[in-house]
Amino acid sequence: MVMEKLTALLAEHLDMDASEIKADTTFETLGIDSLDTVEMVMQLEEELNVELELDEKVATVGELAAFIEKKLS
Amino acid sequence: MSFRIVSTGSFVPPKVVTNEELTTFLDTSDEWITERTGVKERRVATTETAATMGVEAGRRALEAAGMTPDQLDMILCATISGEYVSPGVACLIQAGLGAACPAFDISAACSGYIYALDTAAGFFARNRVKNMLVIGAEQISRLLDWTDRNTAVIFGDGAGACLLEAGDNYITSKLFSRGGADVIQIPTSIGNSPFFEKEQVKPLIHMKGQETFRFAVGAMAQDIQDVLEQAGIDPADVDHVVPHQANIRIIDAARKRLNIKPECYASNIDRYGNTSAASVPLVLDELNRAGKLNRGDIVVLAAFGGGLSSGACVIRW
Repeated sequence: MVMEKLTALLAEHLDMDASEIKADTTFETLGIDSLDTVEMVMQLEEELNVELELDEKVATVGELAAFIEKKLS
Repeated sequence: MSFRIVSTGSFVPPKVVTNEELTTFLDTSDEWITERTGVKERRVATTETAATMGVEAGRRALEAAGMTPDQLDMILCATISGEYVSPGVACLIQAGLGAACPAFDISAACSGYIYALDTAAGFFARNRVKNMLVIGAEQISRLLDWTDRNTAVIFGDGAGACLLEAGDNYITSKLFSRGGADVIQIPTSIGNSPFFEKEQVKPLIHMKGQETFRFAVGAMAQDIQDVLEQAGIDPADVDHVVPHQANIRIIDAARKRLNIKPECYASNIDRYGNTSAASVPLVLDELNRAGKLNRGDIVVLAAFGGGLSSGACVIRW
Protein backbone atom coordinates (compact mmCIF):
# COMPACT_ATOMS: atom_id res chain seq x y z
CA MET A 1 0.00 0.00 0.00
CA VAL A 2 2.80 2.38 0.94
CA MET A 3 4.82 1.40 -2.13
CA GLU A 4 1.83 2.17 -4.35
CA LYS A 5 1.21 5.57 -2.73
CA LEU A 6 4.90 6.41 -2.92
CA THR A 7 5.14 5.39 -6.57
CA ALA A 8 2.05 7.43 -7.43
CA LEU A 9 3.46 10.46 -5.59
CA LEU A 10 6.80 10.14 -7.36
CA ALA A 11 5.19 9.65 -10.75
CA GLU A 12 3.11 12.79 -10.21
CA HIS A 13 6.08 14.77 -8.87
CA LEU A 14 8.32 13.73 -11.76
CA ASP A 15 5.63 13.64 -14.43
CA MET A 16 6.42 10.05 -15.46
CA ASP A 17 4.60 6.71 -15.68
CA ALA A 18 4.26 4.87 -12.35
CA SER A 19 5.21 1.58 -14.04
CA GLU A 20 8.71 2.98 -14.66
CA ILE A 21 9.34 3.24 -10.91
CA LYS A 22 10.47 0.01 -9.25
CA ALA A 23 11.48 -0.86 -5.68
CA ASP A 24 15.17 -0.90 -6.63
CA THR A 25 15.01 2.43 -8.47
CA THR A 26 17.40 4.82 -6.74
CA PHE A 27 16.43 8.39 -5.96
CA GLU A 28 19.66 9.45 -7.59
CA THR A 29 18.59 8.06 -10.98
CA LEU A 30 15.24 9.84 -10.57
CA GLY A 31 17.09 13.10 -9.92
CA ILE A 32 15.62 13.28 -6.40
CA ASP A 33 17.87 14.60 -3.62
CA SER A 34 17.59 14.33 0.16
CA LEU A 35 15.47 17.49 0.49
CA ASP A 36 12.98 16.18 -2.10
CA THR A 37 12.79 12.96 -0.07
CA VAL A 38 12.01 14.90 3.12
CA GLU A 39 9.34 16.86 1.25
CA MET A 40 7.75 13.64 -0.01
CA VAL A 41 7.78 12.11 3.45
CA MET A 42 6.01 15.25 4.74
CA GLN A 43 3.38 14.90 2.01
CA LEU A 44 2.89 11.21 2.85
CA GLU A 45 2.53 12.10 6.53
CA GLU A 46 -0.38 14.35 5.64
CA GLU A 47 -2.00 11.77 3.38
CA LEU A 48 -1.58 8.90 5.85
CA ASN A 49 -2.07 11.13 8.90
CA VAL A 50 1.01 9.81 10.75
CA GLU A 51 4.33 11.20 12.04
CA LEU A 52 7.30 9.87 10.13
CA GLU A 53 10.64 11.21 11.38
CA LEU A 54 13.05 10.32 8.55
CA ASP A 55 16.03 9.29 10.68
CA GLU A 56 17.59 6.77 8.29
CA LYS A 57 19.40 7.17 5.02
CA VAL A 58 17.34 5.74 2.15
CA ALA A 59 18.76 5.27 -1.35
CA THR A 60 15.96 3.47 -3.21
CA VAL A 61 12.19 3.80 -3.52
CA GLY A 62 11.84 0.34 -1.92
CA GLU A 63 13.96 1.37 1.07
CA LEU A 64 11.82 4.44 1.68
CA ALA A 65 8.64 2.36 1.40
CA ALA A 66 10.06 -0.20 3.86
CA PHE A 67 11.05 2.59 6.25
CA ILE A 68 7.51 4.02 6.19
CA GLU A 69 5.95 0.54 6.60
CA LYS A 70 8.16 0.01 9.66
CA LYS A 71 7.09 3.36 11.16
CA LEU A 72 3.45 2.58 10.50
CA SER A 73 3.52 -0.86 12.15
CA MET B 1 -1.73 51.49 18.45
CA SER B 2 1.21 49.70 16.87
CA PHE B 3 3.59 51.11 14.25
CA ARG B 4 4.14 51.82 10.61
CA ILE B 5 7.43 51.42 8.74
CA VAL B 6 8.66 54.86 7.69
CA SER B 7 11.87 53.91 5.93
CA THR B 8 14.39 51.10 5.46
CA GLY B 9 18.15 50.72 5.09
CA SER B 10 20.70 47.96 4.64
CA PHE B 11 24.39 47.26 4.39
CA VAL B 12 26.43 44.28 3.19
CA PRO B 13 30.22 43.92 3.24
CA PRO B 14 31.90 44.60 -0.12
CA LYS B 15 33.73 41.23 -0.12
CA VAL B 16 31.89 38.83 -2.49
CA VAL B 17 32.58 35.11 -2.13
CA THR B 18 31.28 33.04 -5.06
CA ASN B 19 30.51 29.32 -5.01
CA GLU B 20 33.50 28.89 -7.29
CA GLU B 21 35.76 30.42 -4.66
CA LEU B 22 34.41 28.00 -2.03
CA THR B 23 35.41 25.04 -4.23
CA THR B 24 39.06 26.08 -3.79
CA PHE B 25 38.98 24.89 -0.16
CA LEU B 26 35.77 22.80 0.17
CA ASP B 27 34.83 19.56 -1.60
CA THR B 28 31.73 21.01 -3.29
CA SER B 29 30.58 22.50 -6.59
CA ASP B 30 28.64 25.50 -7.86
CA GLU B 31 26.01 23.10 -9.22
CA TRP B 32 25.54 21.29 -5.89
CA ILE B 33 25.28 24.52 -3.88
CA THR B 34 22.91 26.15 -6.38
CA GLU B 35 20.58 23.15 -6.59
CA ARG B 36 20.49 22.46 -2.86
CA THR B 37 20.34 26.03 -1.56
CA GLY B 38 19.81 28.61 -4.32
CA VAL B 39 22.92 30.51 -3.20
CA LYS B 40 25.31 31.72 -5.93
CA GLU B 41 27.40 34.10 -3.88
CA ARG B 42 27.44 35.69 -0.43
CA ARG B 43 29.04 38.70 1.29
CA VAL B 44 31.61 37.97 3.98
CA ALA B 45 32.97 40.39 6.55
CA THR B 46 36.68 41.15 6.39
CA THR B 47 36.79 43.99 8.92
CA GLU B 48 33.05 44.54 9.49
CA THR B 49 31.14 43.31 12.54
CA ALA B 50 27.41 42.95 13.21
CA ALA B 51 27.58 46.30 15.02
CA THR B 52 29.37 48.28 12.29
CA MET B 53 27.05 46.83 9.62
CA GLY B 54 24.05 47.60 11.84
CA VAL B 55 25.21 51.20 12.27
CA GLU B 56 25.40 51.67 8.49
CA ALA B 57 22.00 50.03 7.86
CA GLY B 58 20.48 52.20 10.63
CA ARG B 59 22.11 55.37 9.31
CA ARG B 60 20.68 54.68 5.83
CA ALA B 61 17.17 54.15 7.23
CA LEU B 62 17.42 57.41 9.21
CA GLU B 63 18.70 59.30 6.16
CA ALA B 64 15.85 57.97 4.01
CA ALA B 65 13.38 59.38 6.56
CA GLY B 66 15.26 62.67 7.01
CA MET B 67 15.68 61.94 10.71
CA THR B 68 18.57 62.19 13.13
CA PRO B 69 19.71 59.63 15.77
CA ASP B 70 18.72 61.95 18.64
CA GLN B 71 15.07 61.57 17.60
CA LEU B 72 15.15 57.83 18.35
CA ASP B 73 13.38 56.53 21.46
CA MET B 74 14.75 52.98 21.25
CA ILE B 75 17.01 50.71 19.20
CA LEU B 76 16.43 46.95 18.98
CA CYS B 77 18.83 44.61 17.26
CA ALA B 78 18.00 41.02 16.30
CA THR B 79 21.30 39.15 16.25
CA ILE B 80 23.21 36.08 17.44
CA SER B 81 26.63 36.97 16.08
CA GLY B 82 27.86 40.02 17.94
CA GLU B 83 31.54 40.55 18.59
CA TYR B 84 30.88 40.44 22.32
CA VAL B 85 28.54 38.52 24.60
CA SER B 86 28.37 41.92 26.28
CA PRO B 87 27.99 44.70 25.26
CA GLY B 88 25.11 43.78 23.00
CA VAL B 89 25.14 44.76 19.34
CA ALA B 90 22.29 47.27 19.81
CA CYS B 91 24.34 49.20 22.42
CA LEU B 92 27.27 49.42 20.02
CA ILE B 93 24.91 50.59 17.27
CA GLN B 94 23.55 53.24 19.61
CA ALA B 95 27.10 54.48 20.27
CA GLY B 96 28.03 54.28 16.58
CA LEU B 97 24.99 56.32 15.53
CA GLY B 98 25.42 58.78 18.38
CA ALA B 99 21.93 58.12 19.74
CA ALA B 100 21.00 58.53 23.39
CA CYS B 101 18.05 56.11 23.67
CA PRO B 102 17.89 52.67 25.31
CA ALA B 103 19.13 49.81 23.15
CA PHE B 104 19.08 46.02 23.51
CA ASP B 105 19.39 42.81 21.54
CA ILE B 106 16.78 40.18 20.70
CA SER B 107 18.13 36.65 20.40
CA ALA B 108 15.90 34.34 18.37
CA ALA B 109 18.40 33.24 15.71
CA CYS B 110 17.07 33.41 12.15
CA SER B 111 13.56 34.23 13.42
CA GLY B 112 14.94 37.22 15.34
CA TYR B 113 13.64 40.01 13.16
CA ILE B 114 10.00 38.95 13.56
CA TYR B 115 10.50 38.72 17.34
CA ALA B 116 12.10 42.18 17.35
CA LEU B 117 9.20 43.72 15.39
CA ASP B 118 6.72 42.09 17.75
CA THR B 119 8.64 43.41 20.76
CA ALA B 120 8.66 46.86 19.17
CA ALA B 121 4.89 46.66 18.69
CA GLY B 122 4.54 46.20 22.46
CA PHE B 123 6.45 49.42 23.23
CA PHE B 124 4.26 51.33 20.75
CA ALA B 125 1.12 49.78 22.26
CA ARG B 126 2.16 51.08 25.70
CA ASN B 127 2.89 54.53 24.24
CA ARG B 128 6.48 54.33 25.45
CA VAL B 129 8.08 55.27 22.11
CA LYS B 130 7.44 57.45 19.07
CA ASN B 131 10.34 56.48 16.84
CA MET B 132 12.20 53.22 16.95
CA LEU B 133 14.98 51.65 14.93
CA VAL B 134 14.70 47.86 14.54
CA ILE B 135 17.79 46.30 13.04
CA GLY B 136 18.81 42.77 12.05
CA ALA B 137 22.60 42.49 11.89
CA GLU B 138 24.68 39.34 11.56
CA GLN B 139 28.28 38.39 11.05
CA ILE B 140 27.50 34.67 10.76
CA SER B 141 30.90 34.05 9.12
CA ARG B 142 32.44 34.24 12.61
CA LEU B 143 30.27 31.29 13.74
CA LEU B 144 30.76 29.11 10.67
CA ASP B 145 32.91 26.03 10.49
CA TRP B 146 34.64 26.88 7.21
CA THR B 147 35.72 23.23 6.84
CA ASP B 148 32.10 21.96 6.91
CA ARG B 149 30.73 21.94 3.37
CA ASN B 150 27.15 21.45 4.58
CA THR B 151 26.90 24.73 6.49
CA ALA B 152 29.73 26.93 5.16
CA VAL B 153 28.08 27.26 1.75
CA ILE B 154 24.74 28.53 3.05
CA PHE B 155 25.43 31.61 5.14
CA GLY B 156 26.49 35.22 4.59
CA ASP B 157 26.89 38.52 6.47
CA GLY B 158 24.85 41.72 6.35
CA ALA B 159 22.42 44.04 8.11
CA GLY B 160 19.02 45.57 7.47
CA ALA B 161 16.96 48.16 9.34
CA CYS B 162 13.47 49.58 9.54
CA LEU B 163 12.60 52.91 11.10
CA LEU B 164 9.23 52.68 12.84
CA GLU B 165 6.84 55.38 13.99
CA ALA B 166 3.53 55.11 15.84
CA GLY B 167 0.76 53.90 13.55
CA ASP B 168 -1.70 51.09 12.96
CA ASN B 169 -0.01 49.14 10.20
CA TYR B 170 1.26 46.13 12.15
CA ILE B 171 -1.85 44.03 11.73
CA THR B 172 -1.14 40.74 13.46
CA SER B 173 1.61 38.28 14.34
CA LYS B 174 2.40 34.78 15.54
CA LEU B 175 5.47 33.55 17.40
CA PHE B 176 6.27 29.86 17.87
CA SER B 177 9.00 27.93 19.67
CA ARG B 178 9.83 24.25 19.93
CA GLY B 179 12.79 24.35 22.26
CA GLY B 180 15.78 22.05 21.95
CA ALA B 181 19.42 22.02 20.86
CA ASP B 182 19.31 18.81 18.83
CA VAL B 183 18.57 20.23 15.36
CA ILE B 184 20.48 23.54 15.31
CA GLN B 185 23.02 24.65 17.90
CA ILE B 186 25.82 27.17 18.26
CA PRO B 187 27.59 26.56 21.59
CA THR B 188 29.40 29.38 23.37
CA SER B 189 32.94 29.00 24.64
CA ILE B 190 33.17 27.72 28.24
CA GLY B 191 36.34 29.71 28.80
CA ASN B 192 38.94 28.20 31.12
CA SER B 193 36.89 27.06 34.07
CA PRO B 194 38.93 24.48 36.00
CA PHE B 195 35.67 23.00 37.38
CA PHE B 196 33.54 22.35 34.32
CA GLU B 197 33.55 18.65 33.48
CA LYS B 198 31.52 18.32 30.30
CA GLU B 199 33.25 18.08 26.96
CA GLN B 200 33.48 21.38 25.12
CA VAL B 201 31.76 21.46 21.73
CA LYS B 202 33.31 23.77 19.14
CA PRO B 203 31.56 27.17 19.38
CA LEU B 204 30.43 27.00 15.75
CA ILE B 205 27.17 26.26 13.90
CA HIS B 206 26.04 22.64 14.08
CA MET B 207 22.95 21.97 11.99
CA LYS B 208 21.05 18.89 10.86
CA GLY B 209 20.03 19.84 7.35
CA GLN B 210 17.09 17.53 6.75
CA GLU B 211 15.47 18.14 10.14
CA THR B 212 15.96 21.88 9.72
CA PHE B 213 14.34 21.71 6.28
CA ARG B 214 11.42 19.77 7.65
CA PHE B 215 10.81 22.16 10.54
CA ALA B 216 11.25 25.23 8.36
CA VAL B 217 8.84 24.18 5.61
CA GLY B 218 6.14 23.19 8.09
CA ALA B 219 6.58 26.30 10.27
CA MET B 220 6.68 28.80 7.42
CA ALA B 221 3.54 27.39 5.77
CA GLN B 222 1.64 27.05 9.06
CA ASP B 223 2.65 30.48 10.45
CA ILE B 224 1.68 32.32 7.27
CA GLN B 225 -1.62 30.47 7.10
CA ASP B 226 -2.30 31.32 10.76
CA VAL B 227 -1.52 35.05 10.56
CA LEU B 228 -3.63 35.47 7.42
CA GLU B 229 -6.49 33.71 9.13
CA GLN B 230 -6.08 35.90 12.26
CA ALA B 231 -6.07 39.01 10.10
CA GLY B 232 -9.03 37.83 8.01
CA ILE B 233 -7.01 38.31 4.83
CA ASP B 234 -7.55 36.11 1.79
CA PRO B 235 -4.22 34.65 0.53
CA ALA B 236 -5.12 36.01 -2.91
CA ASP B 237 -5.00 39.56 -1.50
CA VAL B 238 -1.38 39.29 -0.29
CA ASP B 239 0.94 41.59 -2.25
CA HIS B 240 4.34 40.51 -0.93
CA VAL B 241 5.76 37.63 1.08
CA VAL B 242 9.18 38.29 2.57
CA PRO B 243 10.41 34.95 3.90
CA HIS B 244 13.64 34.41 5.78
CA GLN B 245 16.24 33.58 3.13
CA ALA B 246 17.43 30.28 4.60
CA ASN B 247 17.36 28.12 1.52
CA ILE B 248 15.39 28.58 -1.71
CA ARG B 249 14.22 24.97 -1.42
CA ILE B 250 12.47 25.78 1.88
CA ILE B 251 10.72 28.77 0.32
CA ASP B 252 9.67 26.71 -2.73
CA ALA B 253 8.35 23.82 -0.65
CA ALA B 254 6.38 26.12 1.69
CA ARG B 255 5.05 28.10 -1.27
CA LYS B 256 3.44 24.94 -2.68
CA ARG B 257 1.47 24.58 0.56
CA LEU B 258 0.05 28.11 0.45
CA ASN B 259 -2.44 29.73 -1.94
CA ILE B 260 -0.47 32.92 -2.43
CA LYS B 261 0.49 33.98 -5.97
CA PRO B 262 4.04 32.69 -6.70
CA GLU B 263 5.21 36.10 -7.96
CA CYS B 264 4.59 37.59 -4.48
CA TYR B 265 7.55 35.76 -2.91
CA ALA B 266 10.65 37.94 -2.65
CA SER B 267 14.14 36.50 -2.63
CA ASN B 268 17.76 37.62 -2.81
CA ILE B 269 19.36 34.44 -1.46
CA ASP B 270 21.26 33.99 -4.74
CA ARG B 271 23.34 37.09 -3.93
CA TYR B 272 23.52 37.10 -0.12
CA GLY B 273 22.96 33.55 1.14
CA ASN B 274 21.34 33.07 4.55
CA THR B 275 22.08 36.17 6.65
CA SER B 276 20.07 34.90 9.66
CA ALA B 277 18.14 37.72 11.40
CA ALA B 278 19.32 40.22 8.77
CA SER B 279 17.66 38.50 5.83
CA VAL B 280 14.08 39.81 6.25
CA PRO B 281 15.05 43.52 6.56
CA LEU B 282 17.63 43.11 3.76
CA VAL B 283 14.93 41.88 1.37
CA LEU B 284 12.48 44.55 2.60
CA ASP B 285 15.01 47.31 1.92
CA GLU B 286 15.66 45.97 -1.58
CA LEU B 287 11.94 45.86 -2.38
CA ASN B 288 11.44 49.30 -0.89
CA ARG B 289 14.32 50.97 -2.71
CA ALA B 290 13.26 49.33 -5.98
CA GLY B 291 9.89 51.06 -5.55
CA LYS B 292 8.03 47.76 -5.37
CA LEU B 293 6.24 48.48 -2.09
CA ASN B 294 3.20 50.72 -2.38
CA ARG B 295 1.36 52.29 0.54
CA GLY B 296 -1.51 49.98 1.49
CA ASP B 297 0.19 46.81 0.19
CA ILE B 298 -0.30 43.72 2.34
CA VAL B 299 3.16 42.40 3.26
CA VAL B 300 3.67 39.09 5.08
CA LEU B 301 6.99 38.49 6.84
CA ALA B 302 7.96 34.98 7.98
CA ALA B 303 11.09 33.52 9.55
CA PHE B 304 12.25 30.30 11.21
CA GLY B 305 15.45 28.85 12.61
CA GLY B 306 17.41 28.01 15.72
CA GLY B 307 15.51 27.55 18.96
CA LEU B 308 13.78 26.02 17.23
CA SER B 309 11.73 29.11 16.66
CA SER B 310 9.55 30.65 14.01
CA GLY B 311 7.27 33.61 13.52
CA ALA B 312 5.23 35.56 11.00
CA CYS B 313 3.45 38.88 10.85
CA VAL B 314 1.22 40.87 8.54
CA ILE B 315 2.01 44.50 7.81
CA ARG B 316 0.12 47.07 5.80
CA TRP B 317 2.81 49.06 3.99
